[in-house]
Amino acid sequence: MTNILNEIGIENYIFLSVILFCIGVFGVLYRRNAIIVFMSIEIMLNAVNLLFVAFSTYHQDAQGQVFVFFSMAVAAAEVAVGLAILVSIFRNLGSIDINNLKNLKG
Amino acid sequence: MIHIPDFAHASTVQIVFCFLAFITVITAFLAIFSRNPIHSALYLVICFFTIAGHYLLLNAQFLAIVHIIVYSGAIMILFLFTIMLMNLNKENEVHKPRITRLGAIVSFFLICVVLILVFINSKPIAGEYITTGEDYQSIKVLGRVLLNEYMVPFEFASILLLVAMIGVVLLSKKEKTEK
Repeated sequence: MTNILNEIGIENYIFLSVILFCIGVFGVLYRRNAIIVFMSIEIMLNAVNLLFVAFSTYHQDAQGQVFVFFSMAVAAAEVAVGLAILVSIFRNLGSIDINNLKNLKG
Repeated sequence: MIHIPDFAHASTVQIVFCFLAFITVITAFLAIFSRNPIHSALYLVICFFTIAGHYLLLNAQFLAIVHIIVYSGAIMILFLFTIMLMNLNKENEVHKPRITRLGAIVSFFLICVVLILVFINSKPIAGEYITTGEDYQSIKVLGRVLLNEYMVPFEFASILLLVAMIGVVLLSKKEKTEK
């Protein structure tokens, strides 16, 4: 198990995270439901975290994993604040369709 | 140029990786495409579990456990509670206009192709993987790195979580109706 990257190859991990990241971008562009947009952002964050861990193993350096730890803390805070904003939007507008949020548009 | 695992002589690790990667991508797609937000949240939980499996495969035990606790535990419970709080578990969402969806699909493929080509061309710079057998990702080593070199960011993370908590309470508190 110590030479895992010899068997799989770093490029397969890179391709997996690229595809995951693109799925996240796709979800943000494709859906109107704000909660699904949030989930897509989570998928993007996870793709980057996976790449961080893969390269941390590749360089045999613990700092990549420490960065993933911080990024998880930021993701948790982001989700909490974002969902609170969504709840208050839902209370005011009665829906969380992102196409309805046009109040700032002149 | 691309290293594709040989399925006839694939080792156990390669089979496990392909299986996990397949489930990750499929559940991520299903999470985006399913009409019911609760189903999306459940698919996303499976996706996060398989990503934790990838971390275990890379021998990052600490991150795998933290990932399961934070993402599959805290964040997805938060999502599910919000969905149930807003009564969103019905499937009457209107789609975006067709031209927007087409644009989303086209841009998905374009971003995929561009990023994959970029990473294929960066392969010669990255070089081959050489293992030295040194311990660099056990919890012991991680804790030492986290509390020596990254002491200040670690404390700032706690401040960030505190501020986020206060902000969430302020945001989601019902405003008093003025007389």
